Amino acid sequence: MRPIELILVAAALQACSGLPGLLGTGPSRWGERTAAAMFALAAALGMLGVLLPADGTDTPLSASWGLPGGDLAVAIDPVSRAFLLPVLLIPALGAVYGLGYWRQADHPTNGRKLRVFYGLMPAAMTVVVLAQNGIVFLMAWEVMAIAGFFLVSTEDDQRASREAAWVYFIAAHLGTLCLFGMFAVLHSAAGSFDFDAIAASRMAPPLTTAAFLLGLMGFGIKAGLMPLHVWLPGAHANAPSHVSAVLSGVMLKMGIYGLVRMTSLLPAPPTWWGGALLALGAVSAILGLVFAMAQHDLKRLLAYSSIENVGVITIGLGLALLGRSTGNPAWAVLGLGGAILHVWNHSLFKPLLFFGAGSILHGAGTRQIDHLGGLSRRMPRTAGLFLVGCVAICALPPLNGFASELLIYLGLLGTLDGQGGLPSAAAVVPVLALAGGLAAVAFAKLFGTAFLGEPRTETARHAHESPLAMILPMSVLAALCVAVGAFAAVLAPLLDRAIAGWWSAVGTQVPSVVEVSPLRWLPLTSAAIFLVSGVAIVALRRAMRTTAIRPGTWDCGYAEPSPRMQYTGSSFSQFAGSLFSWALLPRVDAPRIRGLFPPTGRFRSEVPDAVLDRMVLPSARLATHFLRWARVLQRGKIQIYMLYVLLTVLALFVSTFVL
Amino acid sequence: MSSATDALLVLILLLNFFVLGSSRIRSIIYTIAAQGLLLGVLPLLVHESIGVREGLVSVGAIALKSVVIPRMLLRAMADLPIRREIEPLVGYRTSLLLGAAATGASMALAARLPLEIVHPPPLLVPASFATVLTGFIVLTTRTKAITQVLGYLMLENGIFIFGVLLLEAMPFLVEVGVLLDLFVAIFVMGIIINHISREFASVSTERLAELRE
Repeated sequence: MRPIELILVAAALQACSGLPGLLGTGPSRWGERTAAAMFALAAALGMLGVLLPADGTDTPLSASWGLPGGDLAVAIDPVSRAFLLPVLLIPALGAVYGLGYWRQADHPTNGRKLRVFYGLMPAAMTVVVLAQNGIVFLMAWEVMAIAGFFLVSTEDDQRASREAAWVYFIAAHLGTLCLFGMFAVLHSAAGSFDFDAIAASRMAPPLTTAAFLLGLMGFGIKAGLMPLHVWLPGAHANAPSHVSAVLSGVMLKMGIYGLVRMTSLLPAPPTWWGGALLALGAVSAILGLVFAMAQHDLKRLLAYSSIENVGVITIGLGLALLGRSTGNPAWAVLGLGGAILHVWNHSLFKPLLFFGAGSILHGAGTRQIDHLGGLSRRMPRTAGLFLVGCVAICALPPLNGFASELLIYLGLLGTLDGQGGLPSAAAVVPVLALAGGLAAVAFAKLFGTAFLGEPRTETARHAHESPLAMILPMSVLAALCVAVGAFAAVLAPLLDRAIAGWWSAVGTQVPSVVEVSPLRWLPLTSAAIFLVSGVAIVALRRAMRTTAIRPGTWDCGYAEPSPRMQYTGSSFSQFAGSLFSWALLPRVDAPRIRGLFPPTGRFRSEVPDAVLDRMVLPSARLATHFLRWARVLQRGKIQIYMLYVLLTVLALFVSTFVL
Repeated sequence: MSSATDALLVLILLLNFFVLGSSRIRSIIYTIAAQGLLLGVLPLLVHESIGVREGLVSVGAIALKSVVIPRMLLRAMADLPIRREIEPLVGYRTSLLLGAAATGASMALAARLPLEIVHPPPLLVPASFATVLTGFIVLTTRTKAITQVLGYLMLENGIFIFGVLLLEAMPFLVEVGVLLDLFVAIFVMGIIINHISREFASVSTERLAELRE
């Protein structure tokens, strides 16, 4: 079979994976097991299709389907290969994870619904990546968005889930609307929705600018870039954890894919496009982590950190665009190479962390970080795997996050001494470094509060380790994090082909990623770090064994230290948070302490989302107030609405054919 | 052939007026069933060569439009306590005048429409528009749930007339158009199943106004 056919079969398997389970009734487990097996088979077939050598069989597959706007055309090219890897792998691991996390027996009311849409979403994403025609792309995009809506609202008996799902729904459709606009603009220039025709058309600047801005808006909403991220934290926090893993690990990347695809179709990008992406990426990177740091909810923290990672990826893409505008292939290689590598890496460590968060939720029953503590003794496997994810997401060597950020750092620094030096691009370097530091704070807070110390509540005290079905996918991801961290150079051919496909300018030699970066040296540094840290751990252990622990006589006056005396997550990040209070604007409810013997008081603080809670919702309320006159149109009678339809149709007819 | 087609289309147009002027739901159902039968014959007359596709569309349209759906509607009438009068928002005479205006407008509109088909039967496009507009008039001026179904059915009949033209060019669209009948069937089933135990007088769509904020 040709690669494209293998991948289409994989998509069909994914799409149908939830259906067998609909037939069965009762608590039998075969439905969920079939779904996981179909996902595993789909992943295997699809991976085979992605990794099979492209030996001239990559011709598009197209079928006429009688709809206006072009044929049903799909094809696999190097860029789609790169984005297919997470689409195939992560949902399959999530399906296995779901066997332990969302058992049909525990969730008889929504388990079947969850599995149907959980299958539909990856299938739609596969088609999004393969689509060669705007209509096919938009249809698959819409299926993906709607499946996502039903996944976020899996627990539709919970108010928070419903609200998050509605916000997601509105944001997703706003994005789709922008994409409709973008394809309309492209169609007006190229006369066709086919990607080949769009790429071949010589578009002029006003049209390309309109298409770029609409696409940036539409894809930016999906990717969760900072001012457009309103749907992201709520949806990630309230979906089941393996769904959050797919949303964050894979669906956000569809927004990135869209940006990559769009920029490859539009000719001659002006420098301000790259600058705009760099700026958006920098804002997302910093503010994403600032908000992550201030969260009290485990999964909201991870969601905000996804915004940061999307920001890093966007910085890479912006750099690549700058490279194309100024004719610097090396920038494009480092920028886009780093961006795609970070797409893969983020789709490894973020699902690992979401699986870990689900494991904590499963074992300890709460998402509130400050209610946890001491879990490393009760859930040792989850703790170890979660730690791997934390180190990876902080971009620390020797794990994979380091490899991709290294490429982006090198590229940004390279703009300084390159031809037509752009100090503005290098100015992003400190931003990225600051984001790295903030990531360390956020994840030290998360890991330290949840896993170390003593349990802060009774539920955390009775936490239990998760079953093998949940540990196994996490182990796979952790192993991949370590492997990619050391052997990222193995992936270089895939990256090179994707970059060359994206660059697509004739006559320019695009260098290989390994030629312009030290990826080949990563195994050595990894080995060195493992060796040194191993020696250090052994030495520390030995040193600690010889030291007798002597409790102090007075012990600070505390006769009996209690878990409440530990640092909380909020107190841990208070200093870093106070530096950014201008952005966070936390709502703090603190008692005033007067006199020597103050009465009992309570302290609470929360951080509302800067855009959703402080801008979008108030302006929506204001709009409802001022648009009261528009209610005149809302009569609540179906006859009147039919009349509106009739009048619109007539007006269209008259304006088209009579005037 | 053309004269037979035109005679058929004139009959269809007359039935439109009958629907607008009638005050009894039952007689409207019969009228629409008759219109469905005429529509089913239409593809056989318009096309010179009658192939399997034309035959299937014709048989399908007759079966659905003049047998299955009218029977379901009559059953809904029999099973549920629906009052037999139409209770229009606009009087019958006004409805007829509106219908006449709509038919006139359709003629004017069809003359200006830049169609790619070279020689359509002269009345076909106006009849299609007129039937669609009549369906809209029924939808906007009649209150009951069942009359909404009837209006929708007429709307869909109008679309079918236009579809007959496209049967060769875009068979897929026409076949999907026949599927619209399925939607009507589900609509009627909804009325029967959901409201069988309730007082049907309340299934007037006016009650939907309570949903308004």
